[in-house]
Amino acid sequence: MNGAGTHFADGFWRNNAAFVQLLGLCPLLAITTTLVNGLALGIATTLVLIATNSVVSLIRGALVPSVRILIFVLIIASLVTTIDMLANAFFHDLYRVLGLFIPLIITNCAILAQAESVASRHRIDRAALSGLATGLGFAAALVMLGGLREIVGSGTLFSGMEFLLGEAARDVYLDLPYDGMLAAILPPGAFFGLAVLIAARNYLADRKKPDPARREAAAIRQ
Amino acid sequence: MADRDRQGLRAILAVAVIAVCAAGLISASHEISAERIERNIAERMMQSLHEVLDPSLYDNDLIRSQVQVIDPDLLGTTDSVQVFLATRGGAPSAAIFASVAPRGYNGAIDLLVGVDAEGVIQGVRVTDHRETPGLGDQIEISISDWITGFDGTSLSDLPLPQWAVTADGGQFDAFTGATVTPRAVVQAVRDTLVYFDENQAELFERAAAAEADAAGAEMATVSDPARAPLP
Repeated sequence: MNGAGTHFADGFWRNNAAFVQLLGLCPLLAITTTLVNGLALGIATTLVLIATNSVVSLIRGALVPSVRILIFVLIIASLVTTIDMLANAFFHDLYRVLGLFIPLIITNCAILAQAESVASRHRIDRAALSGLATGLGFAAALVMLGGLREIVGSGTLFSGMEFLLGEAARDVYLDLPYDGMLAAILPPGAFFGLAVLIAARNYLADRKKPDPARREAAAIRQ
Repeated sequence: MADRDRQGLRAILAVAVIAVCAAGLISASHEISAERIERNIAERMMQSLHEVLDPSLYDNDLIRSQVQVIDPDLLGTTDSVQVFLATRGGAPSAAIFASVAPRGYNGAIDLLVGVDAEGVIQGVRVTDHRETPGLGDQIEISISDWITGFDGTSLSDLPLPQWAVTADGGQFDAFTGATVTPRAVVQAVRDTLVYFDENQAELFERAAAAEADAAGAEMATVSDPARAPLP
């Protein structure tokens, strides 16, 4: 029980793919112009992470070390392609929202990192849990960065929610009394926003558990 | 030495097995989904055609009475452009062009332009684009109603120089932070109207022929080819 909790916290917070490992930045920076976009990519990435981690864990006994990366990439690419086609056929409305993001997931190195460092070394339950935790951690980062950029850049929040949750969700849309600063929507805004969020996360992590090495370094500087 | 050979062989074998499994998985899911994807796309096509042309304005089979035309200057692409020709009671009533606005901020913008037989715009929609999210994407109906500003306009009540964004001295508003995108769309809609004005008669003739051909083909497949009705 405790082991599972630690494992979850590791993927979600301690080794957060976006804020700590800085993996998967290509989709992260490109997509997060609104909170809903971030949420959509986050959901899709989480599903892919759980699927790839489970498959890699299942075949880990047959892995040959010298070609393991090649095998991981084959598995990730074919699973993502399959999910892309099945979603297009059977969840077409959802696909119209997520479809753009699904091919982007292949470029997310966090998935390869998970396959290499967790899934190929652990049982399927733990691999899947770690995939879920990493995916949710990544999704949380996407939602926060998307929300931040949407508020600062457009002065709105939750725009486009109806694509994800149906017409009823149109009313959660918030229009702030502020016109927005264009720079936040453009690519530089993504980097600034990410920097602010990483700084905030580091501040929280440091406050919670002072890092002895860092305190030492501060002492030497004085 | 033999050990290394065996290692290499195992690696090749592992990759080959995974590759075959991956290919099998993809072709299986393609097999399951291809037909439904096609149907979804056709359904969506019909839905978007109805967004730019009221269903009460025509009574023919739009998908059947389509023709392909090429005019890089007016329709924005060197590829062929689909045109759906609508008739009501046999008389030409409207046309829908899948034209392209070639000079968007991030490349081409795909449009559907519905025009009635008098050359009045019935509706315009953007079907595909790569404009900047939060800026140029306001051409999408789901984000802003800017694109409905074309409804009811025509070349006859708006002279050609007025077919431009306000920044260029025209009638159409641009939106904050983006001028290139609306300019590209306005030009494309104007050029489509010019093309329709010049080619209307020929388009409807070709569509009528295409529709007759399709109907003929269906008759031939249903009945015994030897007893097909004489023309």
